[in-house]
Amino acid sequence: MSAVPLLDVRGVTKRFGGLLANDNVSFTVSEGEIVSIIGPNGAGKSTLFNCITGFYPPNAGHVLYGGRDITRLAADRICKLGIARTFQIVQVIADMTVLENVMTGAFLRSARNGAAHEKAEEVLRFAGLHEKRDAAATSLTIEAKKRLEVSMALATQPKLLMLDESMAGLNPVELRGMIALLRRVRANGVTLVIVEHVMEAVMELSDRVIVINSGKKIVEGPPKEVVVNPQVIQAYLGDRYRARG
Amino acid sequence: MTGVPTFTKRQVSISAAVLVLLALYPLAVRGSFPMHLMIMVFMFAMLGVAWNIMGGYAGMFSFGQAAFFGIGAYTSSFLLTAYHVNPWIGLLAGGVVAALAAALIGIPCSNLRGHYFAIASIAFAEIVRIHFNNWKLIGAAEGLTIPMQDESLRSFMFHSSKAPYYYIMLGFLILSLGVCSWVATSRMGFYLRAIKESHDVAKVLGIDVVRYRMAAIMISAFLTAMAGTFYAQYILYLDPESVLILPISVQIVLVAMLGGAGSVMGPVIGAAILLPISEVTRVKLGFKGSGLDMIIYGTLIMLISVYQPQGVWGLLQKIGRKNK
Repeated sequence: MSAVPLLDVRGVTKRFGGLLANDNVSFTVSEGEIVSIIGPNGAGKSTLFNCITGFYPPNAGHVLYGGRDITRLAADRICKLGIARTFQIVQVIADMTVLENVMTGAFLRSARNGAAHEKAEEVLRFAGLHEKRDAAATSLTIEAKKRLEVSMALATQPKLLMLDESMAGLNPVELRGMIALLRRVRANGVTLVIVEHVMEAVMELSDRVIVINSGKKIVEGPPKEVVVNPQVIQAYLGDRYRARG
Repeated sequence: MTGVPTFTKRQVSISAAVLVLLALYPLAVRGSFPMHLMIMVFMFAMLGVAWNIMGGYAGMFSFGQAAFFGIGAYTSSFLLTAYHVNPWIGLLAGGVVAALAAALIGIPCSNLRGHYFAIASIAFAEIVRIHFNNWKLIGAAEGLTIPMQDESLRSFMFHSSKAPYYYIMLGFLILSLGVCSWVATSRMGFYLRAIKESHDVAKVLGIDVVRYRMAAIMISAFLTAMAGTFYAQYILYLDPESVLILPISVQIVLVAMLGGAGSVMGPVIGAAILLPISEVTRVKLGFKGSGLDMIIYGTLIMLISVYQPQGVWGLLQKIGRKNK
């Protein structure tokens, strides 16, 4: 692992009027890690994602990627540098087939149709969607749509993949499948930062967990330690339960 | 794959047959009206194809294409009347000026979507029209008359027959279809469709949304201006009320929507249906019929948007799939 972290978030602060959505949040992610960001609804996880990936300019703080300051770069430039992401509400291109959706991502690294097609087929095989390649994107189930969204992101050949709740709404079997997919993604050398509510996935996948509450980072550590941390229990369940714990 | 044309042997032979028939058409018909009708079908098909690149693929619903059409017509005509510039060079100049105007208007509109883009495009076209109406240099409301010259391909002027105009416009249409199918099948087409879906999706796939939207507007403006120059050379007279008005913009949108937005051939089918309706009602009913074509259009558009939003082309594809 190199000395410079792949992602280095330094004191990111984001305000929406009077609301402090992210308050001086700092953390780093090393190459090859899987880091989960958890926290109650409205804690500011998605806002943090948006600040890192160029969708919102933070009011203060910096985001460094491989040592390079990317704080105010446009989202598409950040993607070109190797950070891909998905959305909390699944976003695919409705009037395209599955294959065309993934090709659109693959075109980032190869302008030629044939090469993009090949890359897309490869990613679809990897993600277990190859049989559905000619289906309309809208005809997919939620689980397949989430796989498709991950495939589109992977087709841009990222070094860092940021997933916003890709497990939400999956049944237990689908959840196993998605966890297995993310493991394979990591095995291929892609670093993962995931925002997730499904604790089963968080516990299984994460090397490290970062807990955010009311815009602030409150705890960071290995998953097993984090879930028994009194501050975390308080954040999720309130004071009464902390007293018992 | 949907949206992207893949040509089968049957499609190629059908296209070849259609081309031969179109090439022979001027030899088969008598009188100038059937020729004029087909020239207008080709011209609006071309305008629809050009609109489709920005409207159908990229989702920028322009209701201001008349501005580019007029800019093309005015650029070549002004260069010809004032500086004796050959209209073919004027044609290219008109395309360039229209593309630059498109870039100029495209920058402030680069984040506008849906109806907001449509409103901005109407405003832009109206500003151009009113400005041209008062611009003394280019004849203001009196317009410009193209000076008479001997007929030749070089002078882009023909008096004895409409056939040369017919072939030139057919050539322009084929060129536009070539440009559009190149756009549709290349990376740019995929990117424009992603942008149409959502700017956010496009951005996370690394797409420079502003750049690709600008490219689509500029290509569309260039082709639209080419048709404008053609029209000026064909009618030999132009004023703001003949080339810059909203009904032209609306007709272009209708042609593309009726035929099928987001498909290469859609606007051609749309023009083949709409233009005969509009030209025939105009000629047969004269002033009594004014507006009748619009009533028919309106009815068609309502039927299309309720029952067949993919346009006639989508309907044909559906039938084609069933018969497979």
